[in-house]
Amino acid sequence: MGVTSIPVGSQRPIIREYRPRTDFFKGACLLASLATVLLLAFILGEILINAWPAIHKFGFGFITGVQWSPNREVFGVLPVLIGTAASSFLALLLALPLGLAIALFLSEDFLPGPIRQVIRFVIELLAAIPSVVYGLWGIFVVVPLVQQYGAILADKLGFLPIFQGPAYGNSLLTASLVLALMVLPTITAISRAALVAVPYPLREGAYALGSTRWETILRVILPTAASGIVAASILAFGRAMGETMAVAMLIGNSQRLSSSLLAPSNTLSALLANQFAEADGIQVNALMYAAALLVLMTLAVNMVGEAILRYTQKSTAGLR
Amino acid sequence: MNTHTTLVRLCLAAVALAASAIPVKASVTISGSGATFPAPLYLRWASDFKKTAPDATVNYQGVGSGAGVKDFLSGLTDFGASDVAMSDAEIAKAGGNVLLLPATAGTIVLAYNIPGIEAGLKLSRDAYIGILLGTVKTWNDPLIAKNNADLKLPNLPITVVSRSDGSGTTAVFTSHLDAVSADFKTKVGSGKSVTWPVGVAGKGNDGVTALIKQTPGAIGYVEFGYAANNKLTAAALQNKAGNFITPTIESGATTLASVNLPENFRAFITDPEGANDYPIATFTWLLVKKNYASADKAAAVKAFVTYGLTTGQTVAPELGYITLPDSVAKKVLAALETVK
Repeated sequence: MGVTSIPVGSQRPIIREYRPRTDFFKGACLLASLATVLLLAFILGEILINAWPAIHKFGFGFITGVQWSPNREVFGVLPVLIGTAASSFLALLLALPLGLAIALFLSEDFLPGPIRQVIRFVIELLAAIPSVVYGLWGIFVVVPLVQQYGAILADKLGFLPIFQGPAYGNSLLTASLVLALMVLPTITAISRAALVAVPYPLREGAYALGSTRWETILRVILPTAASGIVAASILAFGRAMGETMAVAMLIGNSQRLSSSLLAPSNTLSALLANQFAEADGIQVNALMYAAALLVLMTLAVNMVGEAILRYTQKSTAGLR
Repeated sequence: MNTHTTLVRLCLAAVALAASAIPVKASVTISGSGATFPAPLYLRWASDFKKTAPDATVNYQGVGSGAGVKDFLSGLTDFGASDVAMSDAEIAKAGGNVLLLPATAGTIVLAYNIPGIEAGLKLSRDAYIGILLGTVKTWNDPLIAKNNADLKLPNLPITVVSRSDGSGTTAVFTSHLDAVSADFKTKVGSGKSVTWPVGVAGKGNDGVTALIKQTPGAIGYVEFGYAANNKLTAAALQNKAGNFITPTIESGATTLASVNLPENFRAFITDPEGANDYPIATFTWLLVKKNYASADKAAAVKAFVTYGLTTGQTVAPELGYITLPDSVAKKVLAALETVK
């Protein structure tokens, strides 16, 4: 039917015989992946070699030390470590509920498809804004807000260590608020993908059993998508920890230990960005030591994330 | 019309004179890097110099004093620039093949942002040390009010703004504070990067300027030129003689005039003694080699620095820098003659 028949045996076979030969494509792929691994090893090695004099000199005291005074060659990064963890954690705390709510809203049929597409596009566009623009926006919008309302907070709730005055505009809270906005697209996009991937029969089954929409979302869809949501949170946390420019512009760059969210703080990446250019002698080694710690922290976060991911995948495996 | 022609003639004469005085051979490029504080002035010199010696191109990058010294020592640049000159160890690293030449000078001011106070704040030594150490916490503190009876100081918390990056500005400022207060010396100390007991920090003179402008109740240290260009108000500071001196080009020049330069030109003014001296001023140095490998480069560097020390000095005040006293410029020019 429409196919012209070819007389059997009148042509050479179309499929050529398979002959094993050097597989260049495989070789190229292997080389590329090896190069990536080697590059990472090279970077780590370089950091550690340069950090070694500081590691040797300051040892563990570098991590527990609370004073960073390059002029006296006293280097301790505890306040900066705390600032890094606290700003990222706070950003995640603020962004996760918001991002998850947006993801749910966009993955369910609350709105007609085209409008959802527009909202989704706009939120993902947030990821395309350069860090320095977030920093500038933070300086002109968030800093005055935090200054104004922070003073009220410190006045009314100052008895709580986290709201102790005086309130600064450039503070841990300011940096965290802007970081939250910066990681929002990461959380939203990945969570949405995980929610959309929940098999349709699961929803139908839940409805068929008489569940309301909210019961379906809370009891069926969210638990099923949990691994994706956890992955989103970890990626967001990682991004917040490494973020440099916007944080350096907003956090106040102070290496003093403080319990207050309204006080200036610092992060490892901001410290490196600020001090590396003019550093000399042992300060360079100390900054490299700090860089090594940042790499270590990121690694730890990723490993914890991987572990949680595997655990949740296992526990929801029956649902898929 | 007439004045116009005269002007053109004068310019032509100047160019001819300059061209005859500066023997620069066919197109040579010299590069330098270092301090950010004098960068606007050096860039202006470079572009003006190009007009007098079209064959010579001067590239200057404001990368910071420390980086400038590093670049110079590793031979990446033909000349360097530093707000803190060079340490003995660094001079030794250069094998002694370096001249430190004061090229211009500037003052460091304490700029403030107090709503309702446009000008006229006076800070005694106890007051500004107290503010920077965090013991004076609000603007209506008696220690500040004592010298400012004419101002209505608000009950506003003080936000100290400092530099987050290593900086020659910080080094000059803290060495003054060290000289003034033993308390400051033990608690903070001096250097390019120190730990301030209070406040927030911004990157670069511009970062500090932005923080001061934006934070009501802020006070921070910046170069006079930055403060002037950004319309920041600066406090009058009490000098060693006990007088309150407003930072101006003139008061800075008064400070410099009384400085006795040693043979190697490395003089730090930590606490000047004159009755009308503004207390925080500093020279900033160009670092040039005593012996260049290339005669063309040596000639170009000499020509450029000569230009900066003569004609270049006249544009310094409009950019917020202090013209070198004549006696200093003469001594520096004499030293420059030895460059080969």
